[in-house]
Amino acid sequence: MDAFMELFREYDVLGAFLVNIELTLWSALFSLILGVVLVMMRISPISSLRTVAGAYVELFKNMPLTIIMVFMVLGVYAQLKLEFSDTFATNFFWLAVTGLSLYTAAFVCEALRSGINTVPLGQAEAARALGLNFMQSASLIILPQAFRGSVAPLGNTLIALLKNSTVAAAASVSTETSSLMKEMIEFHADAIVQIFLIFAIGYVIMIIPIGVLTTYLSNKLAVRR
Amino acid sequence: MKKRAITRALAAMCALVCTVALAGCGADEEGKIRIGIKFDQPGLGFKKSGTYVGFDVDVAKYIARELGYSEDEIIWKEAPSAQREAMLQNGDVDMILATYSITDSRKEVVDFAGPYFVAGQDLLVRADETEIDGPEDLNGKRLCSVTGSTSAVTVKEQFADEVQLMEQPGYAECATALFSGIVDAVTTDDIILAGLASAARGQLKVVGQPFTQEYYGVGIKKGERELAARINDAIEKMIEDGSWQRAIENNTEGTDYSPDPDYNPPVPTEGEE
Amino acid sequence: MASKNNESSVLFDQPGPKGRRMIRIANWIAGVIFAIVVVLILLRLHNPPDGENQLDWELWRPALEGEAWTDFYLPGLWMTIQASIVAVIGSVVFGLVFGVGRLLPNPLARAVSAVVVEFCRAVPVLLMMIFFWRGFAFAGIGNSSYWAVVLALILYNGSVVAELVRSGVGNLPSGQREASLALGLTETQSLMQIEVPQAIFAMLPAAVTQLVVVLKDTALGSIIMYTDLLQESRRLGSMYFNILQTLVVAAVIYFVICWLLSRLAEWLPEKMRSRTAAPTEAEAVAPIAIMDPSNVNQIAVAKEVEERRFSAGAGERQYHVHHRGSNASIREWRRTRYMQGYDETHPESQVDPLTGEFPAALRSQRKGKGGFGRSESKGSESKDGGKDTAK
Repeated sequence: MDAFMELFREYDVLGAFLVNIELTLWSALFSLILGVVLVMMRISPISSLRTVAGAYVELFKNMPLTIIMVFMVLGVYAQLKLEFSDTFATNFFWLAVTGLSLYTAAFVCEALRSGINTVPLGQAEAARALGLNFMQSASLIILPQAFRGSVAPLGNTLIALLKNSTVAAAASVSTETSSLMKEMIEFHADAIVQIFLIFAIGYVIMIIPIGVLTTYLSNKLAVRR
Repeated sequence: MKKRAITRALAAMCALVCTVALAGCGADEEGKIRIGIKFDQPGLGFKKSGTYVGFDVDVAKYIARELGYSEDEIIWKEAPSAQREAMLQNGDVDMILATYSITDSRKEVVDFAGPYFVAGQDLLVRADETEIDGPEDLNGKRLCSVTGSTSAVTVKEQFADEVQLMEQPGYAECATALFSGIVDAVTTDDIILAGLASAARGQLKVVGQPFTQEYYGVGIKKGERELAARINDAIEKMIEDGSWQRAIENNTEGTDYSPDPDYNPPVPTEGEE
Repeated sequence: MASKNNESSVLFDQPGPKGRRMIRIANWIAGVIFAIVVVLILLRLHNPPDGENQLDWELWRPALEGEAWTDFYLPGLWMTIQASIVAVIGSVVFGLVFGVGRLLPNPLARAVSAVVVEFCRAVPVLLMMIFFWRGFAFAGIGNSSYWAVVLALILYNGSVVAELVRSGVGNLPSGQREASLALGLTETQSLMQIEVPQAIFAMLPAAVTQLVVVLKDTALGSIIMYTDLLQESRRLGSMYFNILQTLVVAAVIYFVICWLLSRLAEWLPEKMRSRTAAPTEAEAVAPIAIMDPSNVNQIAVAKEVEERRFSAGAGERQYHVHHRGSNASIREWRRTRYMQGYDETHPESQVDPLTGEFPAALRSQRKGKGGFGRSESKGSESKDGGKDTAK
């Protein structure tokens, strides 16, 4: 027990988890926005938008996140000079958020698409019969119901996002959990199991409530038909 | 019918797993010497066109020859930094020449022969850089180093506390970042930097003001005093007959790098009583 | 993605001549914007503010020539594939053991399996890899990064497969189990001999989808120095300082392999249909399984199964409660397209938009009515209806 307290005193474990949570929340926000845009493009009447959105989803779905993260630093930052801040730590944080958002948006799009398929045909037909155009029927009728139908896959995407935020290490974010764990093991090799359990249980504690909440919401929000 | 097909598929899968799991093992290692080197360090140990090149490799070949092994009796193994002690302790390799600094904490678990080179921490900058002549000039600049290395922290604590640090998994990423201008310098041992500069088509240079000393030793299994003595003899001979100097020059071609003359060539006395 | 005839979405009216012109213009504008973005990026790469021209052939040649393939990409790819195959097979074994463990009548076995599966699913793969990597190195196991990659992937993906097994059993029609119990099999026998074998076929497509996840996750191994494709391409890049180019090559290789595997996962359900009474679509879990199949709906399914199975006298058994509360078929979501004017609830009265013909059963009926030779209609029925009868 003393060893545990010692580890907590010496290293900022909670701070590292906070970094991961921040990464997750920002990426969740941006990937949700991008995902909604993508899914609107995918069901839009304009075929070139459909093609672009489809290609985007295929590309990011079949690409390892690690490569995307490395690209964010060596490609987007080093070559395209997209810079968020003069301070390295802030800059890499936002580059990691960008990478995570781009990657996760593809899965958000897929989750929403499966949600759209739970909306009965009649809803869309009724919307058209009322004279709503594409944007109106999508934003007023289809998407609100699709969101409620895709709570479960969206929740899973959030869980995966939280876990994937550890890959930010590949984008030079050095204060998040996996980097800290590596550092701690390096200097306290004898306590390797305890160190791993600290982090593993930390994630279990974060993820189980999300899972429970998702189940609860997906039952509560589902449109009864 | 179906069941038989499944069984067959399962059997095929099992066979595949076994092959895959065993692949790589069972190479003939009788009468050969196994040497651990870096595979990813240009100028020191690098895999190229199926062979290995670099200063560490040249020293290792010389030592192996003195120990009575010809070049095709050497089995090269990759020794990543974090695994070097474990590889020696398990007997996966007979010796390791992989930018392996002799330190007291490492000497608790493995033995060293050598040193065969004294490196010093230095800076790598763009060839047209004029502002950086030493670690003191790094205030307000950006410095890259590899994850898990303490060299960047040394700079920050001892010389320039306003330097910004970037961590990358390898030196190649650091050098790429230096090329494109998002960092101003890369820091690690000078011989590693010289290897990078040599590969960089004259666009990078080593500052040449080493500010620490790292004694590169030959890692061997604990307690092998006799082997250490023979290795030290080989290194001495290599320095005497000029092959040592030639090896450095060959591997840092295209840069005007020369090792820190206060400490090089070293006197290999480590590991003997 | 064809925009022809009735392939359009139900969200908007079939465009008239004016609408079609608008769409054409919008297409052009979108295409031009997209092209401009691509050109801007290429220009930026061609002439960055400082640094080298990244489109220079001098940088691309070492990344593409034969030596690069034989010395770096192919050995790296082999390491990636090696780890993936071992990890997939290991995770299927792990998943079968613990997935079945969660369905066994023994409460202790269920509890242990549940804890193991939930734990492995919640911990990030990268953390497990780092732990095993260092742990194996300290324990003196050679090749520790390889085993760390394999074991971490087995634990995570195995727990996913365990859930697939569980939901596969949950999705079987209850008749399967009832029949086997009626034949005098015990609950465990029914589970092992009747339900699980069918569940395995039902989950195969999802397992192939999982292979994509495994392959992608091996790239994490490069963080712990496993010499996979990503690591080897970095190495190649450190010789010529063209790491950006070598990473592009590696990314293309990853993409092509994963994309082909995804196609395979879509094609496989067709093959598997005849072997199981459960729905075989990877789609049931696809939007989730692609990334993280910790599918709460699956869990809900399995939980209901459990409740029914292990608590006395429960009510009507429910399947397909994916997305509970909605009556739309999530199972067919990839195939389902909203067709202009097509009423899914009455397929028999309309032309099937996929085949462009009337449903086979209906056609034979009509032909029968028309008084033409029955043999002819029978022949066409067996030809077209082959898929249906195979069920």
